[in-house]
Amino acid sequence: MSEINRAAVAHLARLAHIEMTAEELDKMAGELDVIVDSIKSVQEVARPDVPATSHPIPLTNVFREDVVGETLSQELALANAPDAADGRFKVPAILDEE
Amino acid sequence: MSELITHSAAKLAELLAASEVSSTEVTQAHLDRIAAVDGDVNAFLHVNTDEALAVAADVDKARAAGEELHALAGVPIAIKDLIVTVGQPTTAGSKMLEGWMSPYDATVIKKIRAARMPMLGKTNLDEFAMGSSTEHSAFGPTRNPWDLERIPGGSGGGSAAAVSAFEAPLALGTDTGGSIRQPAAVTGSVGVKPTYGGVSRYGAIAMASSLDQIGPVTRTVLDAALLHEVIGGHDPADSTSLTDPVGALVEAARSGDVHGMRIGVIKELQGEGYSAGVQARFDEALELLRGAGANVVEVSCPNFKYALGAYYLVMPSEASSNLAKYDGVRYGHRALPEDGSMTIERVMGATRAAGFGDEVKRRIILGTYALSAGYYDAYYGSAQKVRTLVQRDFAAAFETADVLISPTAPTTAFKLGEKLDDPMAMYLNDVATIPANLAGVPGISVPGGLADGLPVGIQFLAPAREDARLYRAGAGLENLLEATWGGPLLAQAPALGGVK
Repeated sequence: MSEINRAAVAHLARLAHIEMTAEELDKMAGELDVIVDSIKSVQEVARPDVPATSHPIPLTNVFREDVVGETLSQELALANAPDAADGRFKVPAILDEE
Repeated sequence: MSELITHSAAKLAELLAASEVSSTEVTQAHLDRIAAVDGDVNAFLHVNTDEALAVAADVDKARAAGEELHALAGVPIAIKDLIVTVGQPTTAGSKMLEGWMSPYDATVIKKIRAARMPMLGKTNLDEFAMGSSTEHSAFGPTRNPWDLERIPGGSGGGSAAAVSAFEAPLALGTDTGGSIRQPAAVTGSVGVKPTYGGVSRYGAIAMASSLDQIGPVTRTVLDAALLHEVIGGHDPADSTSLTDPVGALVEAARSGDVHGMRIGVIKELQGEGYSAGVQARFDEALELLRGAGANVVEVSCPNFKYALGAYYLVMPSEASSNLAKYDGVRYGHRALPEDGSMTIERVMGATRAAGFGDEVKRRIILGTYALSAGYYDAYYGSAQKVRTLVQRDFAAAFETADVLISPTAPTTAFKLGEKLDDPMAMYLNDVATIPANLAGVPGISVPGGLADGLPVGIQFLAPAREDARLYRAGAGLENLLEATWGGPLLAQAPALGGVK
């Protein structure tokens, strides 16, 4: 058994900014427990002498020329915004009212 | 149905070049087919009728004026709805992006436009490409043209179904753990995952950036090579794009010569877990290749048994980061909390709760777990080490073989709903396709025949940057098998909606 329980999933959901009902938390805890149990075998072969691979085909120092390229107009950038005002994205209050 | 839709893209290109048909006729024939059968198949999320016909008319005019055109000019194509397009909605199969209009084109779309290929529309997928059945689409599942009660594979079930239902001669897909190859296998079509970095990812909505790759979905190996040459090549907009030339892929596909080719059978990708029907078609394929003069040898990749585990740590980790941008601020869905304070943080939580489906949430939470303090080394760190071990297995295998071979998927298409409530069973569909993504090597799935009336796929894998070998081996096997079937496998597919 892994250590994934309802409290752990609730914590992860908070970190990931996904609101979940009690029912969803229970269901996901059960599912993730099975998944983590099946995939943790990777630890068996991950010996200290094996280097990590983060990218399959390593490339280094990929830079572009330092020149102005194509950019979106303000109008296009805001075209899909759920809410906008005065040429900016508009969001609800950042701080709680209290 | 019009005979035009049964032709390969290569054949259509010939007919167009000889002015025996017009692009308008070809494009209209495919739009008619979509209208006739897509109510059953549900391969398309958006049909791009007006623009497709306008591009077709434009190509016809240019041809009449004697302009020099690309070989595939006027041949229509369908686009997986994970790839962003100006003028057509891009949803990624998610409510989160319903109605979103991309302000820019993906690099592959710019290339399709430059070749003047009419885009028929956007095809269905598992939400954000997460799934192996297309059942995780927020807009309903796509159905397998061979049996409408069965899944078309995933995540690119829409592109594979569109091609195998003759709704499009060509399609684009994306492959993170098998999303091009596994749907191709279960629908009797051809799918290619190019070498990582061989095709620009700019404008493919990211799931797992170190694994994602755009590639062709077609009915013949030659068509895949033709399309691959259109979309491949260096792109400065993608920092992981390779600078190597695309290679002589079409030439390799036209050759199909497997004489003397060393073909390595991966010991670990057969036997237990693979259905008897899949194994039988696989063994027959090996026999045909031997008969054609290939040197079939056995290779062992002992670390492949850890590949699935490594994949389900790396992929969710990267996905949880990539999907953090869907927060209801700059674009996409925004939901407001039903009660309590209305802070931006709570709006994000409500937005992501309403906008994402179950599988996406599962992977984000799993990735958040694998990356969290205290678990990072044990999970994400270990998975990255397994990637190194899988790469070493490939390197050793390619010392004794020019290409490797395995079944593409362990079973034929399963029934809709069969694995929906068992995430682990669903994940096992990708056991044979995942190693290639972890190592960045290219792979192809070609039709290998039928088992109980359903298509089986045969996969070839090649070293990184050696995609041409896939086309040579794939075309070789295609030629050998079609000689035994007396024509393409898809000629045996059942009629749809009373239309054949």
